Amino acid sequence: MEIRNNYKEIVFWAILFVIFGSLPIIGSSSYHLMLASHILLWGLFAVAFNMLWGVTGMLSFGQALYFGLGGYGVGLMVRHVGSDWFVPGIGLGLIAAAILSFAIGLLIIRVSGVFFTVLTLAFGQLVWQITFRWYEFTGGDDGIQGIIPPGILSNKLFYYYATLLIVIASIWLLRRISLSPLGVLLRCVRQNPNRVSFIGQSVRYSQLRIYIVSSVFSALAGGLMAGVDNSIHTDMLYWTTSGEVILMSVLGGIGQFFGPFIGTAVFIVIQEFVGAKTEYWPLIIGLIMMTMVLLLPRGLVGEFEALKTRLQSRMVADRG
Amino acid sequence: MDLSFLVVQLISGLSLATLLFLVASGLTLIFGVGNVFNFAHGSFYMLGAYFAYQTIAAFSANFWLATLAAGIGAGIAGMIAESLFLRRIYGRTEEGGFQILLTYSFILVIDDLVKIIWGTEYKTILRPEGLRGSIELFGITLPSYNLAIIGIGFVLVVVAWFILGRTRPGRIARATALDREMMNAMGVNVPLTMTLVFGIATMLGGFAGALAAPLRSVTPGAGIEVIIDSLIVVVIGGMGNFWGAWFGALILGEVIAFAVVLVPEWASVVSYVVMVLTLIFKPEGLFAPRSVRKV
Repeated sequence: MEIRNNYKEIVFWAILFVIFGSLPIIGSSSYHLMLASHILLWGLFAVAFNMLWGVTGMLSFGQALYFGLGGYGVGLMVRHVGSDWFVPGIGLGLIAAAILSFAIGLLIIRVSGVFFTVLTLAFGQLVWQITFRWYEFTGGDDGIQGIIPPGILSNKLFYYYATLLIVIASIWLLRRISLSPLGVLLRCVRQNPNRVSFIGQSVRYSQLRIYIVSSVFSALAGGLMAGVDNSIHTDMLYWTTSGEVILMSVLGGIGQFFGPFIGTAVFIVIQEFVGAKTEYWPLIIGLIMMTMVLLLPRGLVGEFEALKTRLQSRMVADRG
Repeated sequence: MDLSFLVVQLISGLSLATLLFLVASGLTLIFGVGNVFNFAHGSFYMLGAYFAYQTIAAFSANFWLATLAAGIGAGIAGMIAESLFLRRIYGRTEEGGFQILLTYSFILVIDDLVKIIWGTEYKTILRPEGLRGSIELFGITLPSYNLAIIGIGFVLVVVAWFILGRTRPGRIARATALDREMMNAMGVNVPLTMTLVFGIATMLGGFAGALAAPLRSVTPGAGIEVIIDSLIVVVIGGMGNFWGAWFGALILGEVIAFAVVLVPEWASVVSYVVMVLTLIFKPEGLFAPRSVRKV
């Protein structure tokens, strides 16, 4: 992963501000607003996920757990306490995600590689099972409907801008983390865990820290998502949600910080155009995933970068 | 709780354990020999069940013939998947993650192909002739099909142990697990070995799918349930350990069998609890080899 690449970063932030900021102004339906919110929140989820895999090399197949936890933090508060408790519900989701990711993290960072992935999947499915079965408390398969944010947040436009600001702030924070000494250390963990121990740093501790950070931001995305969709469902916790966020990241490129966000945008647009028209959407997801893994493992952004580098070096060679 | 209840549940758990072991041993085999984590292993199990259903529906074949066809069909499907797709990513940096993603895409593709071919409704396979009733043993009535599964599983385990431990192909497979390059230098066709091992592993999964079909109904999406159960087995027993997988299957099978009766609502959660307990107290699995060693 590139440590600094200034112009690309500027382009990304400009896109985020200009396109997403001007979307409501250039006049678009509430449908477009919802689509844009989905891209923003799934994008945050994907960037947070990629802090684990792309940066640290920990492939989690269970981030849906925290995404769903954020959503259920809000949903359960609204359902059992009252709709005024929307914002405290988000906070509750974040705290729950921090505590749970600490506890689960302690258990699963003891193993690495494929086992880590498998365990994240197992814990994710465990929480899904519990939510699915505990009908009286969570609404089971019915999910929770009618989650309306209170006060000024019930204004769609206001909620959209609030979402935009929170997502930008969060991605900026994650970017700071990935450039910080911790971020450098995490890349070392991915490339050579042994050396990390040699220089006196703890591999496990670094992994645990980023696992918690990633999980908390996933929960934030999930909590805000509850307000966009006005409902939550156990699907948020299901393993296919974890699979989707992985695909979004792979699509954009896991070696790039902003790749997962771009991948999310592409994925959600494809989903809107294709997914609504076919009942075999999982088949298409599977085929896209297969294509990316076999042919374009660096993702759209990564392959574009590689192509550019190759063209540039050829031009230099021609001139020389 | 009287004795006959205990025995009936024990037997039911034992037959479940046998099926779990058949699936988990395939998973462990590919991982041990090829260092490939086949996330889609449960999908081959599901394919096996559908192949058996199709063989019976199309040729009104005998159950045992259908089971054989299921195993062979799943084995061939596995070899195709390995040689066309998985082989391309061996040796890539961060191979493990990409293996999981590629096999994850297999799950999605196979699930939907099954839906396209066989539809989403439940399919049922009848128990084979002669095993539909039950047997009276010391005054306790036991379903004879469950006993048959235990017997078949036992035979398959012994055969697998014999092939892996005592024959030349088994030795080649184990040696390939230890050092692929050296085997290549000694003139062993390593890619072919990998494909064959993959085929045998998915064949075991296919057998399990066909054998389990009369006990559970055949549905798309069965793959993911099975893979998670066999992962729990492998976590309990220790990955890459043949006998560990057997013991893990035994524990999980019995736990599920009793949980289904005692806490029916939460039976599916109980198996995770076993896994979490194992992780807390012995994260490398109860039967992990002391040194780092495969198979």
